[in-house]
Amino acid sequence: MADISLKGVVKRYGRTEVVHGIDLDIAHNEFVVLVGPSGCGKSTTLRMIAGLEDISDGAISIGPRVVNDLPPRKRNISMVFQNYALYPHMTVRENLGFGLKIAKQSPAEIARRVDEAAEILGLGALMERTPAELSGGQRQRVAMGRAIVRHPEAFLFDEPLSNLDAKLRVQMRTEIKKLHRTVKTTVVYVTHDQVEAMTLADRIVVMKDGHIEQVGTPMEVFDHPVNTFVASFIGSPPMNLLPARISDGQVVFAGGTGLPVPTRLADRVRDGQEVTFGLRPDDLTPQGHGIARGGERAQLTLEVGLSELLGTETILYTRIGDQEVQGKMFGPRDVAAGERLTFDVALDRAHLFDTVTGRSVRRL
Amino acid sequence: MTDRRPPFWQREKYTPYLLLLPAVLTILFVVLLPLIFSLYTSFTGYRLIRPESLWQWVGLRNYERIFGDRDFWVAFGRTVIFLTIALNLEFLLGLGIALLINKITWGQRTLRTIMMFPMMFSPILVGYQFKFVFNDNIGILNNALQALGLSDGAIPWLVDKYLANFAIIFAEVWMSTSVFAILLLAGLFAMPRDPLEAAKVDGCNAWQVFRHITLPFLMPFVFIAMTIRSLDVARAYDIVDVMTGGGPAGRTELLWTLIARVGYDNARMGQANAMAYVSIVLSIAFTYYFFTKLMAARRYMGGAD
Ligand SMILES: Nc1ncnc2c1ncn2[C@@H]1O[C@H](COP(=O)(O)OP(=O)(O)O)[C@@H](O)[C@H]1O
Ligand SMILES: [Mg+2]
Repeated sequence: MADISLKGVVKRYGRTEVVHGIDLDIAHNEFVVLVGPSGCGKSTTLRMIAGLEDISDGAISIGPRVVNDLPPRKRNISMVFQNYALYPHMTVRENLGFGLKIAKQSPAEIARRVDEAAEILGLGALMERTPAELSGGQRQRVAMGRAIVRHPEAFLFDEPLSNLDAKLRVQMRTEIKKLHRTVKTTVVYVTHDQVEAMTLADRIVVMKDGHIEQVGTPMEVFDHPVNTFVASFIGSPPMNLLPARISDGQVVFAGGTGLPVPTRLADRVRDGQEVTFGLRPDDLTPQGHGIARGGERAQLTLEVGLSELLGTETILYTRIGDQEVQGKMFGPRDVAAGERLTFDVALDRAHLFDTVTGRSVRRL
Repeated sequence: MTDRRPPFWQREKYTPYLLLLPAVLTILFVVLLPLIFSLYTSFTGYRLIRPESLWQWVGLRNYERIFGDRDFWVAFGRTVIFLTIALNLEFLLGLGIALLINKITWGQRTLRTIMMFPMMFSPILVGYQFKFVFNDNIGILNNALQALGLSDGAIPWLVDKYLANFAIIFAEVWMSTSVFAILLLAGLFAMPRDPLEAAKVDGCNAWQVFRHITLPFLMPFVFIAMTIRSLDVARAYDIVDVMTGGGPAGRTELLWTLIARVGYDNARMGQANAMAYVSIVLSIAFTYYFFTKLMAARRYMGGAD
C-alpha cells in the first residue's frame, strides 16, 4: 500500500517514442484507471510501473523509493494480465501460493493466505484443478487471487476483462470494485473501455498517443472534458460535436441555425471565433421528455429521422443545420420518422471548444 | 431385376475391410511374418551356415544361456549407461543451445538449419569421421594436442577402456544433440510470454523463472526428444561398429554390436535373436517410461494460452 508517482516518464522503442513524458501522482489506496484508445501507450505505462519495460527517461517511484532500476520482483506489486497468464502446469492452489513460496513463506502461512484469497474470490471448489480445466471467468478470478495473496503495495491490471463475454464482464467489474473495498490497496487499472473506467475509477487518466489528455474524477472528466478528444471518448453515446462560429452572442452552425452562447462561457469567446459546440445526447431532449433539472435552456425545432428504442429512453437521430446529431427521449413514446419535435437544449451543460486547439474555452 | 444379394465383396458393409486389405497384407508380410519368424528362431538352434538347424527346436535354451552370459549383461549394462549419459548430455547441451538461439534476435532460421547438418550425415560417415579424429597416430586430435604442447605421447583414444567409450559417446552426442536443440527451440518459440512476466512480478529471479516456469513448459518437448532418442540409442550400432567394432576386447561392446557378432560372425542366429528380444524389452521399457512422462506433462498444457 503506497502511493505511486510518475515524473516525466518517457518510453522509446529504438527511435520511436511511444510515451511522451507522463506526469501522474497516484495516492495511497486510490483506484486509478488509465483509459484511451488501443495503442495509446496504456499498457506500456503500466508495464513500466511493473518493471517489465525499461524506463527510457523520467522517474517512477513506489512509496518513497525510486524504482527505475529495480527488477519487478523487488517492487512488491502484483499484476493481472489480459490473458490471465496463469501457470499452466500448476493447480489453482499452487498458482495462488507460488509467489509466497518464492518469497519463502512458511507452508502454514501460505495455506492461510491462499485460503483467505480463495474465500474472498469464491475459488474453494476449484483449488485442485489446473487452469486448463477452468472457464475464462474462473481463470480471471484465479489471476486476481494470485495478485491479492501477496498483499502487495499496488495492484496493476492490464485490460483484465477484455477476454470475457459481456455479461461476465459486468459481473467481474462489480467484483473488482468490491475487491478494492475489501482489500484496500492502490490500484492502477488499464482499459480501453470508458464504461469500465467510469464505473471503477476514483480517478480517470485519459490518454491518447502517449500523452495524458486529462486527469480527474469520473464526474469531472464527464462534465468538464478539457478537449474534444476527451469529450468524444468519454460517454456513450458520444457527445455531439458541431463546428460553429461565434457571431453576435450566438453560436451559428453551418446552415444558419443558431443558439445563444451559454451565459457561463460568454466572456470566454470572441466574435468571429471558430468553435466546436459540444452537447451530450442527454442534453438534447424533446420538451417534456428531458431530465428534470433547472438551468439555462434554449429551444430548437428539429426533424427526427431514425429512432432507437432502448427501453427507458430512446435515441433520436436528427440534424442541426447539416450536421448529424443524436438526442435522447426519456420516458419515450413512439416517434414517427419525419416528425418535427421541439427540443430543449441544456445550454448550461453545453461545451465550447476552440476549433484550432481543440481545447475547451472554459477556464482550466 | 432379381433380388439376389450381390456377392459379399460388393456389399457396402465390407467395403472398408476391402479397402484396408492391402495395408493389412503389407503389414502382415513385411512386419508380422519376419517378427514371428525371428521369434520362432529364438527357440531354435538356428545357425546361418546350417539351414537345416532351423528345425532344431531347443525350447528356452537360448534364453537360459543369456541369463548366464556375462558378456551379454555387461553389454546390456553398458548400453544402459551409454544411453543415460548420451541422453543427459544431449539434453543439457541441446537445452543450452536452444536457450542461446532463443535469445538472439537475428539469424535464428539460419542457425536452426546449420544445427541440422550433423543429422544429415549418415551415422556410418560420422563414425568414420570421428575414427580419424580420435585415431592415436594420425588423428587430428592427438596431432593438435601435441602441436599445442598439451600432450607428448599418443593418447589411445579408441583403445583405452574409458577413453574409447567417451569417444563413442562424443560422436553420438555430436550427431544428435540437435534433435534436442531443435525440439526445445520449437518449445521455446511456442512458450507464452505472459506466465514468464507473471512469474517475474510474482518475485522470481531469472533462475527461478527458468526453473519453475520455462522448464516445466519445456518438459513435454524434452520427453518427445527423449522418446525418439532412447529408441535411437538403444539400437546404436553403426557409429560403434565403425569406430571400434565393439572392441578392443569387448570394451565398447553394446547390445547390438554383440548381437550382430553372435548372429553374423558366429552365425548363431537363434541365440542372437533371443538376445535381440531381450534387448527390445529394454527399448520398450525406456520408450514407455518417457511416453508416460510425456502424457503426464501434456495433460495440463491445454491451458497454456
Ligand atoms: N515492443 C515494442 N516495440 C515497438 N513498439 C511497441 C512495442 N510495444 C508496444 N509498442 C508500440 O507502443 C504503442 C503503445 O502500445 P501499448 O502500450 O501496448 O498500447 P495500449 O494503450 O493499447 O496498451 C503502440 O503504438 C505500439 O505499437
Ligand atoms: Mg494494451
